Amino acid sequence: MEILASTVAAAVRSGTPLLYATLGEIITERSGVMNLGLEGLMLIGAITGFVGAYMFQNPFIALALALLVGAVLSSLHAFVVITLRANQVVSGLALTMLGTGVSGLVGRRYIGEVAVRFKEIKIPFLSDLPFLGKCVFSHDLLVYLSMALTVAIYVFLFKTKAGMALRAVGEEPSAADSRGINVFAVRYLATIIGGAITSVGGAYLSLAYTSMWIENMSAGRGWIAIALVIFSAWGPFKGMIGSYLFGGVMAVQLRLQAGGKVTVSSNLLMMLPYVITLVTMVLFSLSRKFRKGLGAPAALGTAYSREEKT
Amino acid sequence: MKPRVEKLAYVPLRRRIAVPILAVVIALLIMGMFLWINLKSFSDVLTAYKEMFTWPFSPQMGFFDTLAKMVPLLLIALGLSVVFRMRVWNIGAEGQLYLGAMLTTWGALYWLNDSVNPWLAVPALLIIGSAGGALWALIPALLKAYLNLNEIVATLMLNYVAYHWVNYLIYGPWRDPKGYNFPVTALFPKTTWLPKIGGLDIHYGLVIALVIVVVIYLLCYRTRWGFQVKIIGDNPTAAEYAGIDIRTNIVLAFAISGALSGLAGSIQMLGIQHRLLHGFSPGYGYTAIIVAWLARLNPWAVVLVSFLFGGLLVGGEQLQIVLRLPVSMIYILQGIVLFTLLAFETVARYRIHFVKD
Repeated sequence: MEILASTVAAAVRSGTPLLYATLGEIITERSGVMNLGLEGLMLIGAITGFVGAYMFQNPFIALALALLVGAVLSSLHAFVVITLRANQVVSGLALTMLGTGVSGLVGRRYIGEVAVRFKEIKIPFLSDLPFLGKCVFSHDLLVYLSMALTVAIYVFLFKTKAGMALRAVGEEPSAADSRGINVFAVRYLATIIGGAITSVGGAYLSLAYTSMWIENMSAGRGWIAIALVIFSAWGPFKGMIGSYLFGGVMAVQLRLQAGGKVTVSSNLLMMLPYVITLVTMVLFSLSRKFRKGLGAPAALGTAYSREEKT
Repeated sequence: MKPRVEKLAYVPLRRRIAVPILAVVIALLIMGMFLWINLKSFSDVLTAYKEMFTWPFSPQMGFFDTLAKMVPLLLIALGLSVVFRMRVWNIGAEGQLYLGAMLTTWGALYWLNDSVNPWLAVPALLIIGSAGGALWALIPALLKAYLNLNEIVATLMLNYVAYHWVNYLIYGPWRDPKGYNFPVTALFPKTTWLPKIGGLDIHYGLVIALVIVVVIYLLCYRTRWGFQVKIIGDNPTAAEYAGIDIRTNIVLAFAISGALSGLAGSIQMLGIQHRLLHGFSPGYGYTAIIVAWLARLNPWAVVLVSFLFGGLLVGGEQLQIVLRLPVSMIYILQGIVLFTLLAFETVARYRIHFVKD
């Protein structure tokens, strides 16, 4: 029972960066823009957060910096893809390369250093509950924030007019345009805010999950998040479940690597999250095969222009 | 008089060539700014530029190194130009490269024995390597063709799997017992080594690659299949109405791309490293994406661009040595090049033109 509780707790912690990235990308993709630069954004968020914590000794300032830098980088992608209407896949890849490179460059001098972090918060009564206490109520601020964000995004997307405008832009931008919605502004905001949220997910890695910087520390989480967005049918709550499930896979993999009953090569174990992502994608596609469509926003990936027929 | 922005119906060749050149120039300037911030000395930045542009291209210094790096970039980018033309995004070239290297290693160390005739051994190993890459590409290919699975994520996941698989082998069962515990395999037998061209310091892989350039050119521009691929990329609905079998073509194109990436991996093993080792690829599979895009998917342009990027990688290594700059600079440069390319690509399609009020 103890092991189960601590595994669930680890799954939540491990899934939180995935959750942030998934939530951010859900917002962006719901507006019709594909941002494949999540891996780069997470790394940039991680290094910015770490440097901020190191220099200012304050995790909140670090967080704010990570948000800012994530927003700035995403606006580059937004400009290229929305205003210049360039290829969204290639632009996302460029963002990933840029993010990976800049974080590697800046992070060089911080390898091996430690900085302040977000510590676990003890809630007076709830933290001491037998099972749930450990799993759900003994996490740090950023974990709770991500949970709150999930609810907030759900409410925003499905219960507000602004959310409906966002979804309209992602499904049929010309219809939204004719209703007076500024498609470009909505897409810009969605991309920038989505990217900033993803960046927070990266900052979580260096500010709470660990309190250091390791090169390429996101280890493909950005890409897994893109798959998660599909699995969650672009809905925040399913995204949360998916994130924690995958977080669980990564947590179990770490435990197996640390030793114990199972002695499999550590390298083979490290394949696990990626193989499971792929297998899940296959199973998911197989089950959807007989139902029409995946639930993707209809205008996802296509640029919008008033003059042209595209 | 006021300015009007007009979209051009046809973008002239001058502009189309100017775009990638301008993109690279601007990117280099931006990198110069990064260097300046990092190095804090303007003369150091000038030294950096000088090193980057002279070392990789002078025969006494890095020229052959540039050619050596050009070969894998050329091969992979050629393969990518085929799939990208179909708007199928094979981001898994790095993993296919790894599988090609892996199978070639298996062939050289565990399948052939030492006394096989090199004229048989080398081609056999190259074929196995290509097959390895093609098979690895077949997984996402079939998944995309028949399940409409997102090939970007699938190929990326397989990249990570391939990377860890190779690590498993070189740290584990294939580790060289005489290798002082380094993550390397045993050295391949001399009969499997790709020979150098005449007295020059570059292996025959270059010749193989150049032959493949012609093959790909003919395939894409002079066959019906190449035309079908282009239609599928430009307008899949029209392609379906025309009766073109999209699924088979996706699988075929992906397989070709995978085979070329695997071949590149094989050539790296047989021509350069002669053993499988950790980190044998500085991200060729990813850099090749930029090469292919910068070359606008044209095979002849790919030759030129892969040569230049080979020079860039060699120049980057020099900067690492001379100025102690980190390898991430090259990643940053690549990202910037791609962004500037995308920006200019679009801008080149418009012109500003003044009209009377």
